[in-house]
Amino acid sequence: MTFDAIDAWWWPFLFILVAGWVATDAWRFLGVHLGSRLAEDSEALVLVRAVATALVAAVIGNLVIFPAEPLASTSVALRFGAVALGFVAYLTLGRRVIVAIIVMELVFGLGLWANL
Amino acid sequence: MSEARATAPSLAERRTWYLRGCIAAASIPGLILASAFIGFASLAKGAGLTMAQSVFMTGVVWALPAHVVLVGAILAGASLPAAMFAVTLSSVRLMPMVVAIVPELRGSRTPRWVLYLLSHFVAVTSWVVAMERLKNVPPDLRTSYYFGLGSTLVLANMLIVACFYLVADKLPVVVSAALLLLTPMYFLSSLWGSAREWATHAAMVIGLVLGPLFHLLVPQFDLVAAGILGGALAYGLHRLLGGKSYS
Repeated sequence: MTFDAIDAWWWPFLFILVAGWVATDAWRFLGVHLGSRLAEDSEALVLVRAVATALVAAVIGNLVIFPAEPLASTSVALRFGAVALGFVAYLTLGRRVIVAIIVMELVFGLGLWANL
Repeated sequence: MSEARATAPSLAERRTWYLRGCIAAASIPGLILASAFIGFASLAKGAGLTMAQSVFMTGVVWALPAHVVLVGAILAGASLPAAMFAVTLSSVRLMPMVVAIVPELRGSRTPRWVLYLLSHFVAVTSWVVAMERLKNVPPDLRTSYYFGLGSTLVLANMLIVACFYLVADKLPVVVSAALLLLTPMYFLSSLWGSAREWATHAAMVIGLVLGPLFHLLVPQFDLVAAGILGGALAYGLHRLLGGKSYS
């Protein structure tokens, strides 16, 4: 039952629909359903948010340490350094996402230029 | 929550606020999202997805971390239940986001189905923009505004994925690499900024370390393992330290 398991045009779309759409919109619909019922500061939601955040953080870590091509041909030290400096800039310069991105791309570009 | 209105908004009013929502999509977060989707287009193409599949995924899933997880699962040759499980776990955070936005969106006579429909547009970018600007929109017109914002973001990015899928091979290597690195930076900073309690920040730090670690140890279950273990650890620390949340 992998993405390439069935040789029909509709199979990859069904795969995306079940593994992608159902898996995301189920949470959104549950969110509407709970809407006013669940207190936003409830303990259950703290745990739910912590698990969800750790999972997305794991995605972030893997995107930096084990990326796809062509990013994979750059050095891991440069990728890590660029994102780390971008994040430091975010924390110190007014917590703006755009600042993090500009600093990260500048460091990354300079690093590539200097063949780091 | 300002004035309660005696009459339902007219169609012209709805159209005005719908269009204002469309315009709000052209913002800095919208631009960052578009660049991240250019990165996604090359990621999807590299993983062997067709253009139609990539555009379809953009429209029906509409949550970039879920896209990355799903493409990763496809690349790893995961089965349908395994892929679905990983995406389900990665998307839990959509639920509290929707819970938070529903009271803001709801007018005095908003039917349920409208909220279910609009919830599909909830993802980091539209959520951040909406939470910032909805307070300046009359309560009964917020659904129109958010429909404009959400639908514009989805359609524009489907178009972007289609266009950049075609040219993904022709982009200079440096540009593709720089775009691919934009997604983790965008997630890292916007998620850090949206955290409500200390536990969330702890979970981020632990997850950042556990993700690559489990990628080496248990490649098939790296995200799930890092999510459950990292989340439980962060929650445990949070309880031990008395459960502070940011005000």
